[in-house]
Amino acid sequence: MSQALILPVLIPLVAGVIQVPWRSIEPQRVIAFVALAAQAVVAVWLLSAAASEPAVFRLGGWEAPHGIVLVGDRLGTLMLALSTALAAAVLVYVVVGDDKRGRAFHPLFQFQLAGLAMAFLTGDLFNLFVAFEVLLIASYGLLLHGGGGRRHRSAFHYVMLNLAGSLLFLVALGLLYRVAGTLNMAQLGPALAELSGTGRAVAEAAVLLLVAVFGLKAAAFPLSVWLGATYGAALVPVAALFAIMTKVGIYAILRLDTTVLAGLDFGIGPVLHYAGLATVAVGALGTLAAERITDVVSYLLLVSVGTLLLAFGLPEAAGLRGGLYYLVHTTLVTAGLYLLGGVIARQRVPLDDGLQAGAPLAQPLLLGALFTVGAVAVIGLPPLSGFLGKLMILQAPLEHGQRLLGIWAALLGAALVALFVLARAGSTLFWKQGMPSGPQRTAPWGTLVPPAVLLAASVALAAAAGPADRWLAAAADDLRHSEGYRTAVIGEDRGGQP
Amino acid sequence: MTLTVAFMVGWLTACGVYLLLRARTLPVILGLVLLSHAANLVLFLGGGVPAEVRPPLVGSGEGPMADPLPQALVLTAVVISFAMTAFVLILALRNRRSLKSDHVDGERRES
Repeated sequence: MSQALILPVLIPLVAGVIQVPWRSIEPQRVIAFVALAAQAVVAVWLLSAAASEPAVFRLGGWEAPHGIVLVGDRLGTLMLALSTALAAAVLVYVVVGDDKRGRAFHPLFQFQLAGLAMAFLTGDLFNLFVAFEVLLIASYGLLLHGGGGRRHRSAFHYVMLNLAGSLLFLVALGLLYRVAGTLNMAQLGPALAELSGTGRAVAEAAVLLLVAVFGLKAAAFPLSVWLGATYGAALVPVAALFAIMTKVGIYAILRLDTTVLAGLDFGIGPVLHYAGLATVAVGALGTLAAERITDVVSYLLLVSVGTLLLAFGLPEAAGLRGGLYYLVHTTLVTAGLYLLGGVIARQRVPLDDGLQAGAPLAQPLLLGALFTVGAVAVIGLPPLSGFLGKLMILQAPLEHGQRLLGIWAALLGAALVALFVLARAGSTLFWKQGMPSGPQRTAPWGTLVPPAVLLAASVALAAAAGPADRWLAAAADDLRHSEGYRTAVIGEDRGGQP
Repeated sequence: MTLTVAFMVGWLTACGVYLLLRARTLPVILGLVLLSHAANLVLFLGGGVPAEVRPPLVGSGEGPMADPLPQALVLTAVVISFAMTAFVLILALRNRRSLKSDHVDGERRES
């Protein structure tokens, strides 16, 4: 059973390799759908299996710290399922035609999924580094998909920033291994707890370096400047897939904070809190300044990253439950809004996704309804999932009264700004007419269904809030009590000692 | 010996950061290469300072053995950074061709 943990990495990897030699696009598409269906089955299976206890697979039978372990706990398998769902929506959208705008979209897409699965399932920090590199090099290729000067320019910035981040990651790992003697996440916590003096100082520096590296991936302020330009330059379905990329950084921070540093005071909480406040503020200001729909969504993504940092930065892990709910919600809704923005842009031929009054849309009612659902969800208005997620995060600091003011001001202020921006954008797109209507091009179903399904997920998440919250509360409980994870990985007899 | 290696890491990092902040793509990539050397050295030192430990081989002499795990990690990191350097070099060449400039922001400047 536990061997199945390697499947989510293997399936896309093998599928990607098989796809490479094919020149024509149809076989690649067939392989992509078959692989994704298999991936979805495995992801759901692992998700249901994780409910009892974390599954552990030691690659090659090697024990930590010399071997790599894959761990399928609730959080890891949840992220895996989330990325698979997102990939399915993007794949349906992209086969309508966007995958033909450059070579090798499908292999890169599969390699990206393999990297994502490895990042979510690994229980080893160095393996996490390798997973980051796999998913990043695939993302460099995907970002360039479609070509053009703007893409090349922003890709260079994105690549250089991430490579520099990877080097910091390596330095942090070198320092951590030197003082702790292991990079296994379950062993690292107890090993760090025993340190004192210089070793402790080095470990603190290494941990904060890791937070900086993960913060760069998550686009936490001040490491967020790349996000707008990169996501704005990427093709719409690629940007939608990248909605999970910032969450990889968030996931890594969460994993570091709860699994590795459980019970240790390394001072991450305040860093996350203030970075979160600044990220929300910058994101909210960015939405006001954005001139294109995709840019508005990118800055809303930034706001959601800040919100998650605020939730996960609370002391005593109080915000975990609300944060996890909001994480699922925001990933699906942001991706849905990116795809919807792409559909709208195709019907506004000369203006594309610019926020100016143009010719009337071919399907104003349908797109307008979807836009309204997406806007209500992303702003956090009742009755959709954004409201419930934000409500849970707002309630979290009430337990002990710390950092209440900052979180409430940031979340409510950002929601107000988002309400204003989206109302303005919606009225510009759907009501104002600045050009005579040209040839009307209705969107094919293949591009309409994915955003509709992703946005409907917000409705489903709100309707099934009870069961979803119970499950996520259990996941948050797992994270709060990391003994279960540690016992599963290193066994009880050794008491967590490397 | 430790001090020498520490100095090497510091010097490589300083040069790397300086080059990374240049405006042309090639110096920036070279800066990245220097920085990756510095990072690999730090990782390598995790297994013991070279002059004080013997290679992790059976029959290589007396005394404490170097920890082989960081060496495996460095090997992985070297391969990855080599591939990334090759990729970013190609990307820079493509940028130069399509943007007619080797400025990192792709601007056209007289120089």
